[in-house]
Amino acid sequence: MAKEITREAINAHDATLLRDIDDALANCMKCGNCQAVCPIYRETRKEHSVARGKISLMQAILNGKLPISGAFDSIMAHCLNCKSCAAACPCGVPADELILRGRDAAIKVRGLHPIKKNVFRLLRNRQLFDFALKMGGTFGGLTFKKIPGKMAAVSRLPMPGMDPNRATAPIASSPLRSQFPEVIKVPGAKLRVAFFTGCTINYMYTDMGTAVIDVLKANNIEVVIPGKQHCCATPVHVSGDFDLANEMARKTIEEFERFDVDYVIGACGSCVEALKDYPHWLEKDPVWKARAEKLSKKVREISEFLIEVGYDKSLMGPVNKTITMHDPCHMIRGIKVTQQPREILKSIPGVKFVEMKEHDRCCGSGGSFSLAHYELSRKINDRKCANIKATNADYVTASCPSCRMHITDGLVQNKMPQVVFHPIQVLAESYKNGKK
Amino acid sequence: MQNTQMIEELKKIVGEEYVLTKPEDLYAYSYDATPGHSYMPDAVVIPGTAKEVSEILKYANTHKIPVYTRGSGTNLSAGTAPLKGGIVLLMLRFNKIIDVDLENLIAEVEVGVVVQDINDHVGQFGLMYPPDPGTVKTASLGGTISENAGGLRGLKYGITKNYVQGLEVVLTNGEIIHTGGKNVKDVSGYDMTKLFTGAEGTLGVITKAYLKLIPKPEADKSMIATFKTLEDAGNAVAGIIAAKIIPATLELIDNKTIRVVEDFMHVGLPVDAAAILLCTVDGNPIVVEDEAKRLEKVLADNNGEVHLAKSAEHKEQLWTARRMALPCLAKLRPTTFVEDATVPRSKIPAFLALVEKAAADNNVTIGTFGHAGDGNMHPTIVCDIRDEEEMKRVYAAMDAMFRGAVELGGTLSGEHGIGLGKLPWMEFQHGKAGMEAMKAVKRALDPNLILNPGKLLGEC
Repeated sequence: MAKEITREAINAHDATLLRDIDDALANCMKCGNCQAVCPIYRETRKEHSVARGKISLMQAILNGKLPISGAFDSIMAHCLNCKSCAAACPCGVPADELILRGRDAAIKVRGLHPIKKNVFRLLRNRQLFDFALKMGGTFGGLTFKKIPGKMAAVSRLPMPGMDPNRATAPIASSPLRSQFPEVIKVPGAKLRVAFFTGCTINYMYTDMGTAVIDVLKANNIEVVIPGKQHCCATPVHVSGDFDLANEMARKTIEEFERFDVDYVIGACGSCVEALKDYPHWLEKDPVWKARAEKLSKKVREISEFLIEVGYDKSLMGPVNKTITMHDPCHMIRGIKVTQQPREILKSIPGVKFVEMKEHDRCCGSGGSFSLAHYELSRKINDRKCANIKATNADYVTASCPSCRMHITDGLVQNKMPQVVFHPIQVLAESYKNGKK
Repeated sequence: MQNTQMIEELKKIVGEEYVLTKPEDLYAYSYDATPGHSYMPDAVVIPGTAKEVSEILKYANTHKIPVYTRGSGTNLSAGTAPLKGGIVLLMLRFNKIIDVDLENLIAEVEVGVVVQDINDHVGQFGLMYPPDPGTVKTASLGGTISENAGGLRGLKYGITKNYVQGLEVVLTNGEIIHTGGKNVKDVSGYDMTKLFTGAEGTLGVITKAYLKLIPKPEADKSMIATFKTLEDAGNAVAGIIAAKIIPATLELIDNKTIRVVEDFMHVGLPVDAAAILLCTVDGNPIVVEDEAKRLEKVLADNNGEVHLAKSAEHKEQLWTARRMALPCLAKLRPTTFVEDATVPRSKIPAFLALVEKAAADNNVTIGTFGHAGDGNMHPTIVCDIRDEEEMKRVYAAMDAMFRGAVELGGTLSGEHGIGLGKLPWMEFQHGKAGMEAMKAVKRALDPNLILNPGKLLGEC
């Protein structure tokens, strides 16, 4: 007769998956300070929404009191990975990373969510992923209707898993990387940089990528866009599928090792954070860790880069706009770049910079979080829109395409006139006006 | 089964979505901010009106089911831990500031509102609600009323009970009563408002409060002074009060804490100083100027080395040591017990000496900081709750501290409450007759002993 599997045996097995973070979890003193900053808790006011609740739940599993269940899975999924809890924690507990470990354990026990499984299968194969999104761009006009002036579109047809009224980014008819050669030469270049475009900028917000290239060229910098670059793997990493994320990180490292450059730049806070974090992701393998370190030392976010090496202010023309700025989570709490984009914006003639209230608060996007929990992410975003409204700004700037997409949706839903740009686009506009 | 029936009844009262029963949800309400207390409830119920609370209490009272009223769950006395199972009554849907009466300076606020949100709201009218516990950004009003929370401004502005002027309370029999109100003077009957304030949820369920507001001070001035001996620091505190200066804050940090903060922060704190005092005077700008001068003199007269805050940023810098005291101590070890034994302010040097002795005798790490002006210190024990042998020593040190405080004419708790954490020493402070009098009140208002059973008084 088959040996019966007891509840205790299941709990004991699940506990082993979290054993190595026992000490890290124990450092949480349960003060609850994370309640004050968690965007999700602010809406739900349920204890399992907040880091303290999630850490306690992981401790319950560690102590064999509860198994890793479907409810555990969905509680761990209820996190924007905005890092506010970690930044506010008096004990320095990296709750954001621990929650990813919780997701990792959930995948090991219960497998990936079927939708994610399919998306990740596509992500594993760069060529297939590229083909699918190019097709989406070619035929996008059939299914998506563009919203004038906002770089946004709404679906003409019901899309599975998406709110019918939601404004999203249009898929570009031609991706950024197809519009430019792999090496963009400038005569007598003072520096050579590689551009990590990231998926959203490559396939959707090509205007952001073009602005980056225009600004670099204007500053006499040669730009290399490695052609076989792929997703930075952040969506996979934050889902807890560390094995696939690390495989993708290794591909990115290999691709960028092909070029001898001074810097590697990106315009998406999350992608840049991932590239800077690869040594940490790959720390169990000393050879790959070393290769990752070599890459990560060169990685800069575009505004961080421009402030570091300088940029030409004599070329700037006026941009007569009132501009406010949202700090994307992975910029402010990830790579901690907040002053540089402000400095650039404030240096542009004609710009009136206005700080919005709670500029450091998550916009509610959280990448795929907003797909799975649209209503909740809309509520979080409505607060952001109310803060934007109070500034009377013409432009909202954000150094992250996901934030741009989600805030744009918020502006459409709240019938507000503002337009969202990356700060680099405002600088590109200024350079353009300078030529006139 | 009785449990299933109870859950059905609760769903009928508040609606299905406001009753949580999944083990993962229940576990999230098994603890609060107190180390070492985790007990599974049978249901979490989230009522939206006083009437629903009344229905829930009637049902629980009839069936003798324990009820634990909870807000944000940030208390430090296990006051909301569901010790005997039963119902966690989550009050966070009571989230409205109903009215700010500018003629009577009274705010009518529901108990689920976070205290900082009250201050942000009344601030626009130039008013403030002074109680400011360390958890001001997270704690719910109801929790702070039930624990009678204090804070940094206690010396000059008093504590929660000084600002609660009226309450709406649901009794265990389901009756809804209103105590006090908007009257500044009110001697009609027993002071039931004060009875429920600080009762730790053992006598009734508070749903709404009338809060006294005061004008925000127009100006403030801060300074810090470092002392070579605890006696000098203690004399300075006594000297300030004797000079008839009542600072808004008068905080002390001991040598152990200074060293720990400096280790983490490297801000140039004097690691040889026996203590640092941080003082703020506030009020009318002319008075503030005068008080600051006299304050500086008292500090210097008692051998304090004084630094004045030159700007808002400089003030922030000076306050780093106080602000970072708890975070830095907490980072030393996994488990942190923040205690709040309080002594008459003249006994602070004696109390600090006995804390140091308790730490040395039992080989445990205790850093002390706190509100020197009102005698309310926070000896903070850092340890690892997973180490049984160490925990024995920790409890021995606690025992020495609590008994010592009471022997100095002090009290077990200045602002955190008794809950379960300090229960073992209650009779030592209050005596048999004192405990019996309190138990008589409990039995009269909660004859079936359903509200937060086993807390504050132990078994009744």
